[in-house]
Amino acid sequence: MSAPHHIPATEAIIACEGLSKHFGGIRAFTDVAFQARRGEVTAVIGDNGAGKSTLIRSLVGVHQPDAGNLFFDGRARPFANPDEARKAGIETVHQNLALIDELTVAQNLFLNREIVRRIGPFAFLDRKAMKRDARSMLSRLSINVPSINQRVRRLSGGQRQAISICRAVGSGAKLVVMDEPTAALGVQETANVEALIRRLREQSVSVILVSHNFDQVRRLSDQIWVMRAGKMAATVRASETSGNELVALVTGAA
Amino acid sequence: MSTPADNAPAAHSAGAEESRPSLAALLLDPSFWADWASVVGLVGLVIVFGIAQPVFLSVANLQALLLAAAILVVLSIGQTFVIATSGIDLSLAAAVMLGAIILGLVNAAGYGIFIACVLAVLATSAVGFLNGLIITAGKIPDFVVTLGTLSGITGLGLILSGGEPTMVGSTFLLRLASGSFGPFGYPVWVAIAAVIVAHIALYHTRFGVHLLATGGQTESAGALGIRTDRVKIAAYTISGLCAGIAAILLVARIGSAEPQINTSLLLNSVAAVVLGGVSLFGGRASILGPAIGALMLTALVNGLTLLNVSAFYQPLAVGAIVVLAALIMRYQK
Repeated sequence: MSAPHHIPATEAIIACEGLSKHFGGIRAFTDVAFQARRGEVTAVIGDNGAGKSTLIRSLVGVHQPDAGNLFFDGRARPFANPDEARKAGIETVHQNLALIDELTVAQNLFLNREIVRRIGPFAFLDRKAMKRDARSMLSRLSINVPSINQRVRRLSGGQRQAISICRAVGSGAKLVVMDEPTAALGVQETANVEALIRRLREQSVSVILVSHNFDQVRRLSDQIWVMRAGKMAATVRASETSGNELVALVTGAA
Repeated sequence: MSTPADNAPAAHSAGAEESRPSLAALLLDPSFWADWASVVGLVGLVIVFGIAQPVFLSVANLQALLLAAAILVVLSIGQTFVIATSGIDLSLAAAVMLGAIILGLVNAAGYGIFIACVLAVLATSAVGFLNGLIITAGKIPDFVVTLGTLSGITGLGLILSGGEPTMVGSTFLLRLASGSFGPFGYPVWVAIAAVIVAHIALYHTRFGVHLLATGGQTESAGALGIRTDRVKIAAYTISGLCAGIAAILLVARIGSAEPQINTSLLLNSVAAVVLGGVSLFGGRASILGPAIGALMLTALVNGLTLLNVSAFYQPLAVGAIVVLAALIMRYQK
C-alpha cells in the first residue's frame, strides 16, 4: 500500500518523480512521486503541514521544485511561472477564487480572454458573443446564477466558487486544480460544488482536488494520494478504501 | 460571505430571470439614487435656478455654462480613469498649469502654435506617465506621489516662466475659444469628443475591463495574467493627456499662460467623479456620470452667480454637495 504503483505514462495527464522542495532549511516535501490520470478526479489529502499545498503549487509553477522531474501531457515540462502552466493547459481555481467583485459574471468568465472584434487598428469587445458563450459555459455545467449581467459581489459563496471553476474549465483546460474548493462553504453550497465536480468528471475533465475532508474525497475522487510529513505516504483507489483507512494513512497509524 | 442575509438578495432576484426591475422598485432603491446622483442633482439645480432666476434657462446662459464646463469635463475624465484604478491624481491641476506655461513659452519662442500645443500635451502626458511609474515601480501610495509631483511641477512651472504670465496671441486659439459649430462652441465639442472616446475605451475595449479589474481587485487581476502595473501607468498617462487638452482650452479661454494653479479645478475634478457615482475604492466607473457631475458643479456656480450670491459662498456650496453625494454613495451596492 505504501509504494505508489505506476500508471502507464499515456494515461497520466500529469506526473512527477523524485520531486523535492525546501524553503531554506525547512523541507516542504521530499522525493515525491505522484500521478493524476486523464479524465479522473485525483485527490491529495494530508494533515496541515503535510506539504500538499506546496506540492500542488510546485506542479503549477507557483514554486520551483529543487529536484525531480515533472511531466505534463506526456512531456517533461517544469513551469517557470503560473502563466506558463496556464498556457500549457493547467487552470488553478485559487483559494481566493480570483474573481473581480465589481465586474459581472460574464466579464469575470472572460477576464483577460475577452472576445474582440477588430475594426481597422482597433479591437472592440464583442459583448454579445461573450454573453452568449458565458450562458453556454454555465449551462454546460448546470450552474445557476440569477443573471450573467449580475455583479459577482452579489453572489453567494457557492455561486462564486462555481463561477471560478466554470472559468477554469471553460478555457479548455486539460487539467483543473482545485485547492480546498469547499473549505469556506455551508452545507448546501458544498453539495452544489460537489455536484459540479461530479459533472466535470462525467465530462472527462481531469481534476486534482486538494481537501481536508475525507468523506468528500471518497465521494468525489477516483484515486486518493496521501501525504504525511513531506512524503507521499500512500495511494489508494477511492472505491477500495474506507474512511478509517484514510484516517490511519494520514495519521501514520497504518 | 455565506450568511443567509447575504444570499437573500441573490436568491430573491433569481425569480426574475434577467429582467429589469420595475420603475417603482428602482425609485425606492437607494443605490439607484447613488448611481444617478449627478443627473438627479443637475436636474434639481436646473429646476431650482430656472424658477429663481429665469435668465438661467436662456439659451445664451446655457451655452456659456457648457463653455465654462468644458475644461472641468475633460479633467474629470482623466481623474475618472485614475480613480477607477483606486488611485487619485492630485497633480492634475498643476499639470494643467505646466502644460499652459510650456504652450506659452514654446509659442513665444516662435515655434508655432501647433508645435506648442503638441509639446504641452506631451509634457503633461509625461507627468502622468511618471506618476504611474513611480507609484507602481516604487510601490508608493498614489496620494504621496501625486502630492509630490504637484509640488514638483508647480516649482518647475514657476522656474520656467519666471513667475510671469505669457501672452498667447494666436488666431487658432482665439477661434478655438470663441468659435462655434452648430449650437455649441468648439471647447464644448472637444469635451463631447473626449467623453465619447473615453466612454468607448472604458466600456468597449479590453483595456477598460482590465482597468476596472485592476481597480477592483488588483491581486486577482494579476493572478489572471493582467499586467496591473501597466494598466495603472496607462491610467495616469491618460490623466496627464487630459490635463494637456485642458491646458490648451484654458490658454485659449484666458488668452495667456498663467503660472498659477487653479486649485478649484483639482477639487472639482474629484468632486465631479464622486458625484458621477464612481467608487473611490476603484473597480466601478462611468464617463457620463463624472461629465454630468462636472456640468452640475458648473451649473451650481453659474446659478449662484446669477442669483447674486457672493462668490465666497460658492466653495461652501460645492463642499456641501460633494459631502452629501459621498453620503448617498454609501448606499451604492
